[in-house]
Order: sequence, then C-alpha cells, then structure tokens
Amino acid sequence: MSDPTIRVAERLDVLAAETSEGEQGLQQRSRTSKNELGREVGAVLRQSGLTLDPNDVDFERRDDEIMIINMGPAHPATHGVLRLMLELDGEFVLRSKTVIGYLHTGMEKTGEVLNYVQGGTNVTRMDYLSPIGNELGYSMAVEKLLSIEVPPRAVWIRMLMAELNRMSSHLVWMATNGLDLGASSMMIYGFRERELILAFFEKTAGLRLNLNYVRPGGVAADLPDGWEDDVLVICDTVEERSYEYDELLTGQPIFRGRMVGVAPIAAEEALALGVTGPLLRSTGVPWDLRRAMPYLAYDQVEFDVIVGTYGDNFDRYAIRLNEIRESARIVRQCLERMPSGDYRSQDPKVTPPPRARIDESMEALIHHFKLFTEGFHVPAGEVYSAIESQRGELGCYLVSDGGSKPYRLHVRAPSFVNLQAVPLLMRGGLLSDAITVVSTVDPVLGEVDR
Amino acid sequence: MIPLPPAAPPGVATAESLAADLGCFPTREQYFELVRAFKDDAFEMCVDLCAVDYLEHLDRALPEGVAPSRFEVVVNLLSLSKRQRVRVRVQAGDADPEVASLFSLYPGTEAMEREAFDLLGVLFSGHPDMTRILMPEDWEGHPLRKDYAVGRVPVQFKEAPGPR
Amino acid sequence: MALEDLQHNFLTGQVEDLVRWARRASVWPATFGLACCAIEMMAAGAADYDLARYGMEVFRNSPRQADLMIVAGRVSQKMAPVLRQVYDQMMEPKWVISMGVCASTGGMFNNYAIVQGVDQIVPVDVYAPGCPPSPETLMHAILTLHEQIRTGEILQRRREGRPTHVEEQNVWTPDVPVTVRLGTPK
Repeated sequence: MSDPTIRVAERLDVLAAETSEGEQGLQQRSRTSKNELGREVGAVLRQSGLTLDPNDVDFERRDDEIMIINMGPAHPATHGVLRLMLELDGEFVLRSKTVIGYLHTGMEKTGEVLNYVQGGTNVTRMDYLSPIGNELGYSMAVEKLLSIEVPPRAVWIRMLMAELNRMSSHLVWMATNGLDLGASSMMIYGFRERELILAFFEKTAGLRLNLNYVRPGGVAADLPDGWEDDVLVICDTVEERSYEYDELLTGQPIFRGRMVGVAPIAAEEALALGVTGPLLRSTGVPWDLRRAMPYLAYDQVEFDVIVGTYGDNFDRYAIRLNEIRESARIVRQCLERMPSGDYRSQDPKVTPPPRARIDESMEALIHHFKLFTEGFHVPAGEVYSAIESQRGELGCYLVSDGGSKPYRLHVRAPSFVNLQAVPLLMRGGLLSDAITVVSTVDPVLGEVDR
Repeated sequence: MIPLPPAAPPGVATAESLAADLGCFPTREQYFELVRAFKDDAFEMCVDLCAVDYLEHLDRALPEGVAPSRFEVVVNLLSLSKRQRVRVRVQAGDADPEVASLFSLYPGTEAMEREAFDLLGVLFSGHPDMTRILMPEDWEGHPLRKDYAVGRVPVQFKEAPGPR
Repeated sequence: MALEDLQHNFLTGQVEDLVRWARRASVWPATFGLACCAIEMMAAGAADYDLARYGMEVFRNSPRQADLMIVAGRVSQKMAPVLRQVYDQMMEPKWVISMGVCASTGGMFNNYAIVQGVDQIVPVDVYAPGCPPSPETLMHAILTLHEQIRTGEILQRRREGRPTHVEEQNVWTPDVPVTVRLGTPK
C-alpha cells in the first residue's frame, strides 16, 4: 500500500518506472534518428532520408520546445486501454505513438490449445463488439479447410446475425463518439437501441455479448419462434431513430466544427498503410468485401456501399450512420427471403446427432461423445479467409496439421492495422482533435491486442 | 492460378493456394524483389503479415525445390483493382530467423512485423523500429513459439458442490 | 423554548449511520473498463439498466475523485502495474468490484498473458461472475456492496483482518441469484 507521508516528487521516478515501456514509447527527439523522425511525424510514406523535406518535418525543433505527454492507458476516451504518447508544441500535436499490448490475452496461443469446436469461444472475444464477425471469419476458414458446404438457411441466418451485429456495433460507436465529443445524450440513445438487438441475441443464442453462435458447419441453434416480429421491430425502430440522430448531430455547429475537415487522410496513404473499412471508404475508395469478394449470400441482396469524399472525421461518421441504415435494409431482405431447412450442415464429421437419438442409439452416443471431447479432425493445410467486419477486413489465417486443434491461428485484426493511421491523422492537429481521431478510427482493443 | 508478375525474380516456386489466386514460395533472397514486383503489378495493399513456427509440423506439404525451415513468414497481398489475392510464404530460417522488411514497400507492415518479432522472434532487417509491441518491454522469450509453454496455472476447486 | 415548539422538524440519527448512508448512496465509480465487460458496464450505466438511481452515473475519470473501481475485463501482465497505480491514487474509503470471470480468476484465459485474478494485485470486495456478467448481475454486485457499506461490516472486516466471506447472522445476504431485488431489506 502507498505510504501517504511520501511526497509525490520523490516517488515520481518510481511511479514512472513502474509503467514505462522503455523502447516501445515515444523517445525524445535527441534520441531519435532522422529516418525515425521522418516516419513518426506522419511522413510514413517518405521513408528514405533523401526524400524528406526538412521544412515539413520540423527538424529544427529542440527537445526543450516540445513536451511529450502520455495519455492512457486508462483514460476518458472510452475506446479501451490504448496508450497514446503525444509530442506537443503548445496545443498542436507533432509526433505521436500508440503503445498497445495492455489487453494482450494470448488468444492466438489459446487457440492452439482449444479444439475446433471450442475455438469459437476464444475467437469471439477478440473484437468484443462484433462477436459474430469473429466467429464467422473463423468458421469460414475451418469450413474451407474441411471443404464442407453450409446449408442455405444457415447462410442466411449468419447473414442476418452479422448485419444485426453491424448495427449494434455502429450504435455503440455512435454512442461512444457522442460521449467523446461531449454529446452525452447520444450515449444513452445508442445503448437504448442496442438493447433491442441484444435482447434478440439473448433470445436466439442465449447470450447478449460474446455469443458462441456461429460454429463450423452452420449455427448453433435455429432462430426462435416469432423472430420475424422481433426483427421487424428492430429494423423499424433503429431506422426511424437513425433519422433522429441525424437531426441531433449532423447539422449541429459544434459537432460539425469538431468533425468537418479534421484529420483528413488521402486514399494513397490509406492503401499504403493497409487500412480497410470505413476509414478507407471515407477517402473515396469503394472497397467493401461484401461487394467486391462476396461471401455468404451478399451477392444476392441489394445494398449500397457508402463512400466518403474528403476522408475527414465527418465522412467516417456519416459512413457509419448510413451503414446502420444499409444493414437494416439487408436485414429486411433476409426477413423476406429466409429459406427453410437445416440450420447446420448434416455432415456427421462436424455435427452432433440430435439429442433425442442419443437415448436410443449407441452409435449416436459415441458420436456425440467423441465430438464434444476430442473434436473433429481437419485435414492439413492452410487458408486465409476474410470477411468485412465493422472495422475493416477481418481475416483468419489458419494452419492445420491434421489434428483436432489448430496448429496456428492468426487473426488479422482490422483495428490493429488501422491504428497505424493514427499518428498520420493526428499530425498538426490540436490536442482535442486527438480524441476525435481515436474515436472515429474506432479501434477495439480486444482485437488489436488479442 | 494467375501468373507471376513480369518483374518477378526467376525461379520462384508457385503452387495452388486455398482461397487465394496464387501461392508463391520465394527464398529469402528472392522475397523482397518478388513483393516489389507484385506491388508494381497493381497489388496495392499488404493485408496481412504473420509468422508461423513449424517446430512440430516440419513435414508440411511444400512444392518441390522448397527447403522447409522452422520459421515461415506468410504475407497476404490484395489487389483492389483486379480483385485478386496472393499468398507469399518465405522460409525464414531455423535458429535465427531473419527476412527483409517490407516497410519501404508497404508502410502498413510496420506493426505486423513488430508483432511477428515480439511473439515469434523473427527479425526484419530494415525495419525502423524493431521493438516489442504486445508484451511488456522486459519480457523474455517469444510466447507463440512452440517450445514456449502456455503458462497455465493449475486450478484447484475447493469445496465445490458435488454432481447433482 | 420547549422541545414541543420544534414541531418535529428534526431528524436524528447516529453519526455512523448517516455517514454510511451518504457513502453508499453516492458511490462514484472510476472508469476502468478494459474489455467486453466494459461494454456491459456502460450498458448498466445507460437507460435500460440505470445506475443513476443509485447515484452512480458519474464515472469519474480521475481516480482521486472516485470511490469504486470496477475492474471490468481481463488484466494483462502489461496492465497490472497501471491497475495498481490507479488503485493507489484513489482516496480512502475505496472499494473494488471484480467484474467478470477474467478479473475474478483469470476466466477462460489461463495462460501466460493474463493475471489470474485481480485480487493478486488489489484487495477485492465483491466478485461478480459472468462472461460478461449481464448488467443485472453487475447491479446485484453493486447492491451487495451497498449492503456491506450500510451495515459497516466492510470497514470492520478490513480493520480486524477477518476473512472476507460472510458468516454472521445479522448481515443480509441476497438469496435471489440473478435478478435484482429492489427495496432495501431490513
């Protein structure tokens, strides 16, 4: 316990030493080479020292003119445990560095210890705002290695849940974005809408968050009776209220002042940094995996890809707001066109027998037992399977050695790669814009750190 | 299977790759030039870069002429204009794995290469900031290697109610 | 002036009871949301499961102004010293609720990266199980804490170093597992 009689100044070095991350943090200018300076000032694309423009990079700034401050990992911007080290000249941000790893859970190592049936529980907690997205990426990778087909009803159920999840995640984004900017009523509205969707998730999968619902071979359970009414209520309510949020925020002068023209990013920079999702679409590049490389049944439904123009904060906000409406559109089409049939593949390799048969038949009992203790074996090989999650391209690189557990499970997390754009976006902006930048990049630290 | 780009170095082994249009298996020397050839051939984005430790699966399937090593670096490239994906797998070495860094071609690989170094110990020469990214600075070892234990703490359930 | 002239305009009580009432009716949590449990904590603070009715809607960002640290989420090895620093900065009296199984025991992540239970770093008063605990479970944990503050049992326990599980007869323990009982029991 801390001794209250020790004065703070004496303990400062002790306090700083406990939580400093040494080489991982932002270093003083005098300790940084020119190449690194050029990179950290946001000139990520100009790597060689020959093409650096000395005027652009503020080489002449000395260490005593600027201040390196530390924001986080526990900080008011509610996007998780992200530590930002900012170099400030007054209110202006020059260099910045994101230090991550505060939520590193060893999920990729855990993925090698759990078998394929259990793997969904692990993967679903990476991006905790889009659990269906994580599970979908993982299940699709396993199904590709197994070369099994998923029945049409399962495909459409997956699509329905994925789009509902997209709506709920974007609602959380709008809520936390509002809170970061000071519009605290938006926080309450966003979570109010989300409760409708989570109630439906609880009815279908049993859990509100971290549902272990999409599994290799299909989904875990069929949709409950009366789901059409619930989903219709969700669509109608959310869509109608999205117009209310439009009225609340879009024309509001303070909101516009903080978002319009702030932190623009160009398309070439975004592509070079590997950025995907709303951050890439805000620059004008119409890349959406659901349209470009369709998976599930996205080529059979009509929806628009929302694209921005300037790549600033406001474009990203508008893209996410409209994606809520597009998701509602897709959900309505799923409602009308949901096929009947099995909700999971009947392939005995991956599917346990129906519960009633276990009492009757010995083979069914043994089959059920083997499936839930040992799991199923996946042929050796490797695959990279990607989906479009709320934050960008969520990919799963799975290596199998023929056993019942993955040999290597690597998840390409979109937020991990999108965070590289943060120093570029913050360069030259004000300190208060730094908060809005982190908010509109929408990182989820669970998938950043895994 | 799509053909290799025109500027690719000669002698790169290729094979069918699941869920990709082409799978390439360059040596460490051919690796950087091959990726640069892809970049010049309209593969604008490097989507994913990760490393794999094949210590317990050294007998994996590889095309002829490719000598397996313990560590492998896997790069997934994406062409938005042509809508194609390419997977590049380079054998990185056994004891001190090291390959060229792709940072000068794709700045977005900075964080991904740092993660491969942190968790598996693969070095990337030419990377501007080769430090740990996920583990604390004073951590020893590379957790995702196969000879690194999961670190499981034995759990004992005291006074748990018996089966009902 | 005789006592009758006061016309019953005064309320009397023991100082300790009044202090305990004030302490439990305005517990201000510190923002320490780490992972998925943080989303459920935010949902508990939102409109459907309103924490404002307990006086707890202000999540203070500065630990100096906070009374309660709800450790919501998995604590990694890198985060552990930060957690301890934030806890040290809080002023007495302070309480800790360990929300979710990852904070209570390490949860499903029994590996190198996660601290197996936040009680290895800070003393915990109430453990709320669940992955993630639904907002009702969190409110149950909060009400348990309020009850412990009300009876003063929590401060006695700390001072005397008695074991942390409850066995006394005169302390109210909730007997409804998941749903929240509204209305303070006697």
